[in-house]
Amino acid sequence: MRATRGENVVGYLLLALMTVVTLVPFASILLASLHAPGTLIAGLSIPTSPSLDSFRRAWTAASFGRLLINSAIIGICVVPLAVVLATLAGYALAVLRVPAGGFFFRLFLLGLTLPVELIVVPLYFDLRSIGLTDTYLGVVLAESALFLPFGVFWMRTHFRTSPRELVEAAQLDGAGSFTVLTRVLLPLAGPAVSTMAVLFFMWSWNQFLLVLILLQDPTTRTAPAGLGFFVGQYTSDIPVLCAGTLIVILPIFVVYLLFQRKFISGMLQGAVKG
Amino acid sequence: MTTGNAGAAQAAVLDEGVASVAAPAARRRTGLHRRQWSALLYLAPAVLLYGLFVLLPALHTFWISLFSWDGVTLASWVGFDNYRRVFTEPLLRSSVLHALVLILFFAVLPILLGLVLTAILSRHRRRGMSAFRVIFFLPQIVPLVAVGITWRWMYADDGAVNQLLRAVGLGSLTQAWLGDFDLALVAVGLVGTWTLTGLTTMLFLAGAAKIDTALFESARIDGAGAVREFFSVTLPALRGEIGVALTVTTIAALASFDVVYVTTNGAPGNTTTVPGLLVYRLAFTDGKVGLASALAICLTVLILLVVLVINTLVGGQDRR
Repeated sequence: MRATRGENVVGYLLLALMTVVTLVPFASILLASLHAPGTLIAGLSIPTSPSLDSFRRAWTAASFGRLLINSAIIGICVVPLAVVLATLAGYALAVLRVPAGGFFFRLFLLGLTLPVELIVVPLYFDLRSIGLTDTYLGVVLAESALFLPFGVFWMRTHFRTSPRELVEAAQLDGAGSFTVLTRVLLPLAGPAVSTMAVLFFMWSWNQFLLVLILLQDPTTRTAPAGLGFFVGQYTSDIPVLCAGTLIVILPIFVVYLLFQRKFISGMLQGAVKG
Repeated sequence: MTTGNAGAAQAAVLDEGVASVAAPAARRRTGLHRRQWSALLYLAPAVLLYGLFVLLPALHTFWISLFSWDGVTLASWVGFDNYRRVFTEPLLRSSVLHALVLILFFAVLPILLGLVLTAILSRHRRRGMSAFRVIFFLPQIVPLVAVGITWRWMYADDGAVNQLLRAVGLGSLTQAWLGDFDLALVAVGLVGTWTLTGLTTMLFLAGAAKIDTALFESARIDGAGAVREFFSVTLPALRGEIGVALTVTTIAALASFDVVYVTTNGAPGNTTTVPGLLVYRLAFTDGKVGLASALAICLTVLILLVVLVINTLVGGQDRR
């Protein structure tokens, strides 16, 4: 249907307005970060002599190199672990006849609504008693567990919509349940699995409360947690603070640009499915 | 059975007939049984990890909530006294109220804005939508801590918000937004609006794109204007999406932590404390682990109740 000229103009004006509202805060920290460290800035102001000194200052002051590596290690471990476990469980609940499958499914469904606040307190004390606080392993296991309800739900939905005839044909040929999964279903599950993986990586990268508590040691801390502490130290140095913020945003921003379709379809469908 | 013995006898004969036919089927069933138990092996790793790191800690939280414990020395049993304190102590009670106020800004406002934008934008396909989509999703992919710091600077005395107000001649309204007792919570709430409006809008636009265009055409033939068309065609079709958006954003409001922690940390004068913030503060700086746990349980129950209410209201017809 063709739009009238008036409608078209109104529509694009709205889109433009929303774009400005979305981008101004990002522009605000970007412009601030290009000023020299310690500069007093007034709002959106273009630096007279743009410099990257604030980035250098932030990088060394908060050892962002270390923090980014920690975040990357955790994300890179969480994604495969959570993806494999969610795929196996989703397959069992969608295709195989699991005893008490409905019960287990509801148990995972419940997890979709549980806030991190519910579990962090005992998680800290329990993990500390077995020496897993301040370790990557503790956080990797906890984050994977937190992402599983969504992952199981996502993969179950995917496998349920996979063509049933393929599974039955393979079973008639004598394929075992593992062969059906690896040879028949997984080759078709690429888009679903990779979308889930991208979401897991983002959630792991952005996780804050959990890592704030489980990783108290600055050497294992993640980038967002480090940024959380950095704010306290550089409250008044706006250029350095904004530079630090951008350093933490940049990696996930690049991943987003690379996989934008996966991110967007994941967040839209994921919301609907979740 | 109303046909009496004859019927029963007949049924018995039939049963026997079925039994002889069913013999191979029975064997097949035992085969299926074997596969069923091995299916548990696929499920076990996920259930184990989820059980150990989510379900058990959740139960443990409840257990701790029945004690007075500083996290170091021996805990002492207080029963449900911590829950009484959550409902009676002003600090704790107000944090729950603040979270409820945040629903207005995290859920209601983004959904209303999303619906208005959808009403205007969904009537026609537009070029360049995929580029706009990439931009509108940006606040969603950025760590919320970074969002919080960004808005701290936006709201600062000489930040962009005040600069903008001065530029349009509203200089009298400028202030330190996050430092004002009355406005700080609103300011924090609007950060949520900024973060979530892109998501709700995109969700509704995607939903509206699935509506059969014949419905719009027939509405237009009936002489419906843009407004009537929205209320009679678009809005009813978006029921499912609205339910989803309401659930996701309400949970984001009630369980908020990151943005509040870096923007106000509860200040000024505890006017922006939220349950998440207090759970953290009580357990890890104030040494009131039992009380923190009781608050965490109350928060979870509140979330579950709200999700239940939303699902009942929306009808859950799209829940598979």
